[in-house]
Amino acid sequence: MIMNLQTAAQINEFLAAFVLLSAFGMLAQKRIYSLIHLFAWQGFFLSVNTAIVAYVAGRHHLYISSILTLSLKVILLPYILHALVVKLKIRKEVESMVNVPATMLIGIALVIFSYHLTAPVTELSKLITRSTIAVALAVFMIGLLMMITRKHAVTQIIGFLAMENGLFFAATSATYGMPMVVELGVALDVLIAAFIFGIFFFHIHTTFDSLDVERMARLKEGD
Amino acid sequence: MTLLVLLGVPLFAAVVLAFIGDRRLAPEVNIAGSAATFAAGIALAFQVYEHGSMTAGGKFFFVDAFNVYLSVLTAFVSMTTAIFSRRYMRREREHGRVGHVGMRFYHAMFQLFIFAMLLCLLTNNIGVLWIAMELATLSTVLLVSLYRTPTAIEAAWKYFILCGVGIAQALFGTVLLYFAAERVLGEGGEALLWTNLSQVSDKLEPTVLSLAFVFLMVGYGTKVGLVPLHNWLPDAHSEGPTPISAVLSGLLLNIALYALVRCKALVDGSTHSHRAGDIMMGFGILSIIVAAFSLLRQKDIKRMFSYSSIEHMGIATFAFGLGGPIATFGALLHMLVHSLAKSSIFFTVGHASQMHRTQEIDKIRGLIKGNPLVGWGFMLGAMAIVGMPPFGVFTSEFLILTATMKDAPLMTPFLLLGLAVAFAAILRKVQFMVSGDAPSYQKPVKAAHLPVLVHMALVLIIGIYMPNFLNEWFHKAVEILR
Repeated sequence: MIMNLQTAAQINEFLAAFVLLSAFGMLAQKRIYSLIHLFAWQGFFLSVNTAIVAYVAGRHHLYISSILTLSLKVILLPYILHALVVKLKIRKEVESMVNVPATMLIGIALVIFSYHLTAPVTELSKLITRSTIAVALAVFMIGLLMMITRKHAVTQIIGFLAMENGLFFAATSATYGMPMVVELGVALDVLIAAFIFGIFFFHIHTTFDSLDVERMARLKEGD
Repeated sequence: MTLLVLLGVPLFAAVVLAFIGDRRLAPEVNIAGSAATFAAGIALAFQVYEHGSMTAGGKFFFVDAFNVYLSVLTAFVSMTTAIFSRRYMRREREHGRVGHVGMRFYHAMFQLFIFAMLLCLLTNNIGVLWIAMELATLSTVLLVSLYRTPTAIEAAWKYFILCGVGIAQALFGTVLLYFAAERVLGEGGEALLWTNLSQVSDKLEPTVLSLAFVFLMVGYGTKVGLVPLHNWLPDAHSEGPTPISAVLSGLLLNIALYALVRCKALVDGSTHSHRAGDIMMGFGILSIIVAAFSLLRQKDIKRMFSYSSIEHMGIATFAFGLGGPIATFGALLHMLVHSLAKSSIFFTVGHASQMHRTQEIDKIRGLIKGNPLVGWGFMLGAMAIVGMPPFGVFTSEFLILTATMKDAPLMTPFLLLGLAVAFAAILRKVQFMVSGDAPSYQKPVKAAHLPVLVHMALVLIIGIYMPNFLNEWFHKAVEILR
């Protein structure tokens, strides 16, 4: 083996740091274009990481997952989002966000919480990737936080996809990936979801004249 | 073999209907497809009744007493809904609420949705279960927004986002479950099969499984519509076309609960404690109380019955959490009768709102005079759903209540309070809607008789006399879930 396990674990942690960094970047980024780029970068780091794990652990099915991530989350989804943003002319739309520092602090708290939560799992695991399980959960939680705090349809979708990235990362770190049939099925679901939100963007845009979901507030509990 | 037919028919029908589009015979093809699915479901039920549980397709699918009755129920309700939707959607089409594309989409997605639900039930793999659950959500999202009104789009967006987030939690739970299972069963697809997992559940690492259950509970709980994860449900169920409300309320919630209960059985086997059950009881009782009080202030008829669905799912979740043979038996029965009664109510509600061209409770009056079938069907359905004897819901609620008094007496007052408030809220409103003179703006409507009559008859029969095969299945399912 060319790469010894120590180095592999270090590269794995290094890439995990970048995945987490891009998650935090997304949390603070206001411009939609840059957000899409950050999302693509996150997918890229994930894909490289998966390929390395596949090589070191000798799990060939992970190569397929890695290629799938590359084609779906680095190329196809950012391309679709990009095309939609151009088509709907929301290029310059800048989101108003409340209190970025507070959101970042919550994000940090979520990372700590994730380490606490996954401690029993990490302890039991013997895989070289065990130290990144917590990071995966953190990425997942930050995606969730992003969906809660942001009010733009495109941003919410990116948050959703970032959560999915976190899940994929978790599966790679905790168990060297889910069985192939599950990985493929999840990828298929993400692809269908992509088409659905594409259609949705058009519907929301034509109906509400903006992709700001704050404007959707008709369905509230009446008194 | 039957199993593959059961899954193949709706998938095939979805493709066919996508091609047929908005032609004249599309609703009939939709009915024929669902009827064929139901026939396959019956055949499967016979097989399971005679030979017991079985696996198929290289252990990829499996059937036991727990999922066979839900599969038949799913196939049955989707068949009656297809019958109902023929007249209902034609009327909507005449009113111009849906167009060409909409109708094509509606029929194809309806069948795809049924396929996804059946796959959820019949798959042996918890990973595939998750995928099918997500597919069921995705196939109905655009059906909820079918009318393209601002509120419908808002509801569908909420449904898409909240269920997406929820179900993502369940995937994380599944990853953790796989992590624990892999250590015992070795890696590969085998470690995600129910049939394998249930045999080794006591060897699974309890700490990991408890953690996994929290995520699974939040994830599938969102889809069950448990308070406080229920926000999407009243919107999605009230803004979509009524046939979709009927299958969402009557079937999809059951499927999500099924997934949750299966997971709970694994967790219980591993932790040897009642913690998972306690969590479910908490969510259940909270859902009952909150939904019951929300029922009081509803102004929209479909929204009101969505809250009633939350309440009933709360009851079933509570009973599964309580555990023990009587409560579990009651919960299984409750899933069945609630599904039948609720979808029947939605059928009549759909016609009622078509007659008045509104879903506002205050404007719907004189249903019995306007259309006796719709009026009486609605009234009896409401009586059934609030748990009046001799309907089946009474039997299941009574069983659950007795079990609660015995095993968790402190919970009894809360349960009773929820039931009483829901009873008062629903009956008071329904009474005004069915009685009195028909208002001038009420228009006659060609109602679909058969679905309502059959559903109500079944709820009544189950309340009075429980068929033997059902009894046996429930007893076996109780054994499985212990």
